[in-house]
Amino acid sequence: MAATTAVLQSEWTKVRTVRSTVWTLASAAVLTIVISGLFCLLFRTQWDTIEEGARAQFDATSQSLSGLFLGQLALITFGVLIISSEYSTGMIRASLSAVPQRATFYLSKVAVAAGITFVLGVIVSFISFFIGQAILGGDLDTSISDPGVLRAVFGAGLYMTLMVLFAVGVATMLRSPMVSLGILIPFFFLISGILSAVPGAKDVARYFPDQAGSKIMRATIAPDDPAPYSAWGGLGIMALWVIVALIGGYVLLKKRDA
Amino acid sequence: MIEAVGLTKTYGSKTAVYNLSFQVRPGMVTGFLGPNGSGKSTTMRMILGLDTPTAGRVTVGGQPFRQLPNAPRRVGALLDAKAVHGGRSARHHLLCLAQLSGIPARRVDEVLGVVGLQEVAGRRSKGFSLGMGQRLGIAAALLGDPEVLLFDEPVNGLDPEGIHWVRHLMRKLASEGRTVFVSSHLMSEMALTADHLIVIGRGQLLADMSVKDFIAGNSTGFAMVRTPDVAADREKLTKALTDAGAQVQQEQDGALRVTGLELPRISDLAHEAAVRLWELSPHQASLEEAYMRLTNGAVDYRSTADPRQGLQQPAGAPAPGGWGMPQQAPWPQPVPQQQPYGYGYGQPQQHPQQPPVQAYAPPVNPYTQPAAPAAPAAPSAPQPTEPVEDAR
Repeated sequence: MAATTAVLQSEWTKVRTVRSTVWTLASAAVLTIVISGLFCLLFRTQWDTIEEGARAQFDATSQSLSGLFLGQLALITFGVLIISSEYSTGMIRASLSAVPQRATFYLSKVAVAAGITFVLGVIVSFISFFIGQAILGGDLDTSISDPGVLRAVFGAGLYMTLMVLFAVGVATMLRSPMVSLGILIPFFFLISGILSAVPGAKDVARYFPDQAGSKIMRATIAPDDPAPYSAWGGLGIMALWVIVALIGGYVLLKKRDA
Repeated sequence: MIEAVGLTKTYGSKTAVYNLSFQVRPGMVTGFLGPNGSGKSTTMRMILGLDTPTAGRVTVGGQPFRQLPNAPRRVGALLDAKAVHGGRSARHHLLCLAQLSGIPARRVDEVLGVVGLQEVAGRRSKGFSLGMGQRLGIAAALLGDPEVLLFDEPVNGLDPEGIHWVRHLMRKLASEGRTVFVSSHLMSEMALTADHLIVIGRGQLLADMSVKDFIAGNSTGFAMVRTPDVAADREKLTKALTDAGAQVQQEQDGALRVTGLELPRISDLAHEAAVRLWELSPHQASLEEAYMRLTNGAVDYRSTADPRQGLQQPAGAPAPGGWGMPQQAPWPQPVPQQQPYGYGYGQPQQHPQQPPVQAYAPPVNPYTQPAAPAAPAAPSAPQPTEPVEDAR
């Protein structure tokens, strides 16, 4: 379709020309980098008082990416906003009058969201990693050339991309920004984390998109990690969630009255 | 050319549009009229493929909109002036739409010039007035220089200069051979702008005719009769005219509006009754009145008089029944002439639980402004002190 590049360009303009999307992206970057740095600083200063079990869990790479736990909330907001703001403002009707082919419209939106987040995510991951290692210092740090490290740092960029796409899919299905954020943010901020610590629910929570996907961000496998999937396998599970959400969004967008 | 055939749209149990068939032809402005909630916007959305019809179809240039190649260059639409992201500037808003449609960015400044928004193009649109929003929406519709244009209530919120401008723009676009389809609930506006009218009420077609035919077919003449300012004279004449089969309505200024008798006959009757006439003039009912009469049975929201009882008797006051369809549902039904016009939120007329006194409004016609409406007596409730002025 010849018009696809034009639609891609428009979706990029839409992101670029509104403050909210620019700010959510900026805060995702800042949160991830700063919080990661603070966690590294905490570990370094408290290392001597940390007990043996926790030391065994320590992974310098994932430690320097740990701020993503908060940064992903801003990314989810970004993913929700780029689609639901069309609905909340009514712009969707103008957009779909201009692009009656809803598949083109939707795929362009998804592609632009993925492209922006991937580029930003990889940059943020590397910055966060190097700053984190510098803070951890000589005894605790790791090198980008160590086994699994490059995969983990690059994987963090992929994780962010998938997280945004999951939010896009869910928000397309739900349409309202309030409802979408009201479900996604508590889920990823609290529920997923809590369930993964509850004995019975643990085995299910392991397959939640964030729990499965975040395994890629460890360079080493934790000694007591019971998850029956590899780092890439975990990311694959997350990708499956994303595909389901995106297809669900597409089917509803295609069928529903705008 | 827009063509609808048997177009029907239901939302759950509510039928928004029912079996609507019409054609909108190029080279003229076609007005799309109907009271609030009559299905105008739903029809527009179906034309644009935003809503899928429950039954029937609508095509633009022979094809459904969603299958139209290069749709944004062929159809431009203003659906809702507020449907813009308030955080985006006018120029960027149009740029997004231009890029979506594959239209060069320099076209954005051209249309900004056409609608007169160059000065504020860089400002975020959340600060725009409704009128500026309408201009921005019109600019968006013009982006692709399309041959078919849809405008949903384009003059809402515009100042007189703006209304004048929109009117000229529509006529100019039509004179260039384009298909221009404009919805409105203002008959007076359409009379000045449109060449052809499609009138709907409750989602059904009420009229599809040229403005000229509409005026000729729907407006009935009446005679304005003025007697000396003596009540006895007036009553004598009223009685004589009524006996001769005329309908007489008293205007606020004391004049009599007489229908059903030729002017010479009125003069004769006055002569026989020995009443002098100060005025006897032929009048044509306004287009607005013709429209009101046409859509009378299809108005969804009617106002009733406000008895103001709820304020006085906190305990025994009847709870309002909420909005809803009037109970006399079988639709396009002829409603007697004396029904109140106007639509605000209100009670359906024959609410079963409602004591008749409150459910019935005095027949106030804002266009004729009768001085003493034949209001039903109100034994218990204080009658509203003044007739509801123009309910719209």
